[in-house]
Amino acid sequence: MSDASRRNFLRSATLTAGALTLAGCRSLSQTQWVQDVLYTAEGLTRRVQRLFAGTHTLAKEYAKSDIAPVFRANGTLNPPTDDYQQHVRDGFVDWEVKVEGLVEHPLTLSIADLRKLPSRTQITRHDCVEGWSCIGEWTGAPLKLVLAMARPKPNARYCVFYCADPMTDTDNDGVADDDFYYESHDLLECTHPQTLLAYQLNGKPLPVANGAPVRLRAERQLGYKQAKYIERIELVESFAHIGGGKGGYWEDRGYNWYGGI
Amino acid sequence: MLWGGGRARIKVSGEAIGAAGRARGVRKKQGGWSSLLGFLQFGANSDPGAPRLPFYRHALLVRITHWLNAGVLLVMLMSGLQIFNAHPALYWGAQSDFTHPLLSFSAFQNSLGQIDRGVTQLGPWHFDTTGVLGASWLDGTLLARAFPAWATLPGPQWLAMGRVWHFFFAWLFVINGGIFAFYALTRGHIRDLTPTARDIRALPHDIMQHAKLRFPKGEAAKRYNALQKLAYFTVVFVLGPLVVLTGLTMSPTMDAAFPFLPWIFDGRQSARTIHFICAFSFLGFFMVHIIMVVLSGTWNNIRSMITGRYLIEAGGEDV
Repeated sequence: MSDASRRNFLRSATLTAGALTLAGCRSLSQTQWVQDVLYTAEGLTRRVQRLFAGTHTLAKEYAKSDIAPVFRANGTLNPPTDDYQQHVRDGFVDWEVKVEGLVEHPLTLSIADLRKLPSRTQITRHDCVEGWSCIGEWTGAPLKLVLAMARPKPNARYCVFYCADPMTDTDNDGVADDDFYYESHDLLECTHPQTLLAYQLNGKPLPVANGAPVRLRAERQLGYKQAKYIERIELVESFAHIGGGKGGYWEDRGYNWYGGI
Repeated sequence: MLWGGGRARIKVSGEAIGAAGRARGVRKKQGGWSSLLGFLQFGANSDPGAPRLPFYRHALLVRITHWLNAGVLLVMLMSGLQIFNAHPALYWGAQSDFTHPLLSFSAFQNSLGQIDRGVTQLGPWHFDTTGVLGASWLDGTLLARAFPAWATLPGPQWLAMGRVWHFFFAWLFVINGGIFAFYALTRGHIRDLTPTARDIRALPHDIMQHAKLRFPKGEAAKRYNALQKLAYFTVVFVLGPLVVLTGLTMSPTMDAAFPFLPWIFDGRQSARTIHFICAFSFLGFFMVHIIMVVLSGTWNNIRSMITGRYLIEAGGEDV
């Protein structure tokens, strides 16, 4: 190739690549193979982060003076179902959390049962996937204790948390009625000392907006991983058959299952 | 020390420079197309007719990592702005003081409930930035979004995909930057980039020369000048590590693994603010970089970053 033609080739190649990059940005994000390639980074990130964070490194715990005056609530703020509203009126006395699936000893726990378990109180920072952070004091039963009572079978790998808040308004009447929120964590995160079934925020019963009567705290993970309004915990070997198969309501809509980043 | 790790293939002889220095006196005035072409090739204040000698300027590894980094940074910046749009406000400290952001972008509605105004708040100041920041047009509708669709990846609001782009390319950024840093540290290229005491003393002179658009010729063109060294060193060895560390500080798992991360940046929200400043520092560097490439000879510079071959205008201004 002559010097001049090589120069022309390089010049037009550079320009074409630039134009394609800009024009293609939108459709690239909707292209299946591009998504498949980009999602491969999640597994690498999870493995490397777990390598450094290990099983039991603790999230920082803050001082009382760091607690935010108002703990910001996000996502569902008040589940609109008749069932949930009845529980609100009753002060959640009849609320039950079932622990089932791959366990030797299925459990049904009331909030009073959870309160009878040894509790843990921690002042931690909640990091939302959107980018903001808020510090609050959580009190609850370590999930590890609940799992020890239920005795997971050897093939149990994940806890799936089923919630009482519907996310989709199927009949368009302005009230959500279907697609109940759910989330999942592996047993490593579930048996972490700071992973709680929390029933108190800042020393008071959990407010409705923050997930009353019981929500998950997994302090090394982002906010969308911290299921609110928990009704049922199912231990499974795989979550491929649940919902959209990605391990959570937002995961089925594109969020990474690994929420440590 | 020569450019590109000191592995010059072609030398400029002192003889040729001397001859070229004498040749400068007989520069002819040229106009129109040929002066434009001369500018595009060799930049401002250059003599298109002057003798030029080829010089091997950038090593292959530097060229490859440079272009990869250019593409990776573009994706990182645009996907980063997509993520930022999910909560377009910056704070200082561990958590968000929602009532007092340092910087925020918001949209306001008219009495009919339609978005009609975008406002940028910086400390106590508010600016109407409708159309660009706070509220901008997408497919014919004025939408509430901090950065406009043309600046984000993906264009429409899509946090999940923005994160997926960002965290894939973050790995490429770290690996590519790591390869360059390893090369620079082990093959002596770091010395080409580190400002010396002599460089610092020459800084006022260099700034004046740059302001006059007079760029080094002859022997001096084989080295980075003081301003270049300061810029490149800061971007590669300060801004690069800083943007990675502040990025990691936003990860709650990394904060549990390395508690010193939020400690050195005074909290996760401060780290997010510094991360944002880093991103725009990269953008600022990029814009100055492009201006300097154009002024000092667009095609000569681009070719040297593609093939390694750079043409040095002979001349005695050794600074």
